[in-house]
Amino acid sequence: MDEKPNSLAQLICPALHPAKDTILLGHGSGGLLSAELMRSVFLPAFHNPVLARLDDQAIVYVNGVQLAITTDSFVVKPLFFPGGDIGSLAVHGTVNDLAMGGATPLFLSVAFIIEEGLSIEVLRRVVESLRAAAQKAGVEIVTGDTKVVEKGSGDELFINTTGIGLVPNGLELSANRARPGDKVLLSGSIAEHGIAILAQREGLEFECPVVSDSAALNGLVAAMLRVNGNDHNPIRCLRDPTRGGVSSTLNEIAEQSHVGIQLEESAIPIREEVRGACEMLGLDPLYVANEGKLIAIVAPEATESILEAMRRDPLGKDAQLIGTVVAAPSPIVTIRTSLGTTRCVDMLAGDQLPRIC
Amino acid sequence: MKFLDEYRDARIARQILAEIERTVHGSWVLMEICGGQTHTIMRYGLDELLPRNIELVHGPGCPVCVTPLETIDKALELAARPEVILVSYGDMLRVPGSFTDLLTVKAHGGDVRIVYSPTDALRIARENPDHKVVFLAVGFETTAPANAMAVWQAKQEKIGNFSVLVSHVLVPPAIRALMTSRDCRVNGFIAPGHVCTVMGYEEYESLVADFQVPIVVGGFEPVDILEAVLMLVRQLESGEAKAENQYVRSVNYQGNLPAQRIVKEVFEIGDQKWRGIGTIPASGLRVREEYGDYDASRIFGLASITVDEPAECISAQVLQGLKKPTDCPAFGMRCTPQYPLGAPMVSSEGACAAYYNYRRHGKQFSVPSSQFSVDH
Repeated sequence: MDEKPNSLAQLICPALHPAKDTILLGHGSGGLLSAELMRSVFLPAFHNPVLARLDDQAIVYVNGVQLAITTDSFVVKPLFFPGGDIGSLAVHGTVNDLAMGGATPLFLSVAFIIEEGLSIEVLRRVVESLRAAAQKAGVEIVTGDTKVVEKGSGDELFINTTGIGLVPNGLELSANRARPGDKVLLSGSIAEHGIAILAQREGLEFECPVVSDSAALNGLVAAMLRVNGNDHNPIRCLRDPTRGGVSSTLNEIAEQSHVGIQLEESAIPIREEVRGACEMLGLDPLYVANEGKLIAIVAPEATESILEAMRRDPLGKDAQLIGTVVAAPSPIVTIRTSLGTTRCVDMLAGDQLPRIC
Repeated sequence: MKFLDEYRDARIARQILAEIERTVHGSWVLMEICGGQTHTIMRYGLDELLPRNIELVHGPGCPVCVTPLETIDKALELAARPEVILVSYGDMLRVPGSFTDLLTVKAHGGDVRIVYSPTDALRIARENPDHKVVFLAVGFETTAPANAMAVWQAKQEKIGNFSVLVSHVLVPPAIRALMTSRDCRVNGFIAPGHVCTVMGYEEYESLVADFQVPIVVGGFEPVDILEAVLMLVRQLESGEAKAENQYVRSVNYQGNLPAQRIVKEVFEIGDQKWRGIGTIPASGLRVREEYGDYDASRIFGLASITVDEPAECISAQVLQGLKKPTDCPAFGMRCTPQYPLGAPMVSSEGACAAYYNYRRHGKQFSVPSSQFSVDH
């Protein structure tokens, strides 16, 4: 600081950039690398106004009807985990992406990519779970596909689901609609899915086992949308903070709406056992995946009525007001710590890696 | 959460801050050694809450950051071999070597795995008798006992396909090197609580005596760090220099003797390269001759890999507390956690990453200590 800037300009850091020409696992983590892939590869190729919104679902008009379409692939390992399995997850993930667009989910397709050698009994269990989850969410699985790949070319089982839903006319929810003054609501405690999977995968045992929050949120969304009817919808945007966690989702909203988001750390609900696991593993729960939670950006005057509606639904009973949208010169998410200081909450760069000590 | 929440309690923090303000008169530069402490300071903005005449500078205590380029390059070379499974703690994977990093080697087919404990690496060795399993054993005194234990166990069980690539560093020689440096500005040290849990703090007495510098062993929560700052300020204001312990719930004077014994059994002290700083005499651990069959450097003939790091690098000055990360022209521009140029940007405990992750919101949001309010 007290050095002359000239001498600093000559200094160089010793290491070179790692190669940027290879796909890393981090490109699939929903963080910065994923966003970069989107910007540099997919968007230039497929550029169109529907895709450019970059929401969790595409909203298209067909003969005056507003449809939501979304697709998602599931590669979770292990296939079965506390609180769910790849089958229920494949339904919940796609149903939730539709619901976040305000759509009533109607139909799903399911495609299985199966690795040679998988036991048919395992497949049956997954299929039964898919069926039950679809029934509970009120969607029908109406088409599908099966492919088998050679042993070693897949990891037991991958599933893709595509969903179609109906969006009420006039309803528009999008990550670019957040405005200064809006409030940020979170439907419940965070980081449960990611920790449940990690614990199962690594064979970590906790006194109270962490259970995935995987659930279909279309019922909760319907209850929230009923609050004011369609004429004057106070909900600007709904997102489910899956890969990359709450922080990545909020950063995306901040970026697409060109606003800042200020969070209150003490308001963010997190279960004791999840917090303990995150402390132990050196993970920040704000970056850990959820599969049954949503973030709503709402008009300030409707905050209380929407929170009440959320809390009446079992999946929103722990809903909290966690922050406020503010005007900012550039998109940024900040959090007020328990000590009253403020720090920024960045998007995840690559995968969140456990620390040494 | 018990034993955690009370150390993040805003009321207690405020009381300690008030006591620091009452006590401090001079201007003091304090260095926290450990990256975990740097992380807490940045995450909670503790430096913003302290009186302006207390400056916190960040020491060389992030094991990822000080692991020399040479070790990373050796690990990369091993990971690329088809017969090798390279096992590591997670945050070593993104550390850039001379040309690439472990994540990229993994993407090209290298078998690179993350574990939370070296004994998991041993398990991988038992399960993969056809492969050579190499554990990247880095870190301070904290990780040394577990790493030593894995080697000892491998020898007991005669597991022939397990070895460790060691880059272990020690805290007291680093403090000595910092204190003897011509540019040293540090008036007091917060010693690393985890390291001292293993080693105790008796070994800091000679540093205190030789340099008349107060050293307080500190924990990792905000209240711990503020209390350690208060203890240092009290010593400095009264002209004392003592080795004291704030982290009493974990650290005692002698440390964990069985842990120290296993470290001595497997490792011996040797000169050690520190990334960004250079070689510090007797500041590292290497595998003893008797355990040479488990030393990856020997059995894979890696000694020929030597890499010279450019002498001019700001990370050296950051790790010695001479510069702040934001003084680097590459900071946040060409060097980010996504594409780190230097090691302190890689691990969340690195000083540069801590500044990048928590401090880019600029002045408009920072809370001056006088407006410090905690009730909400």
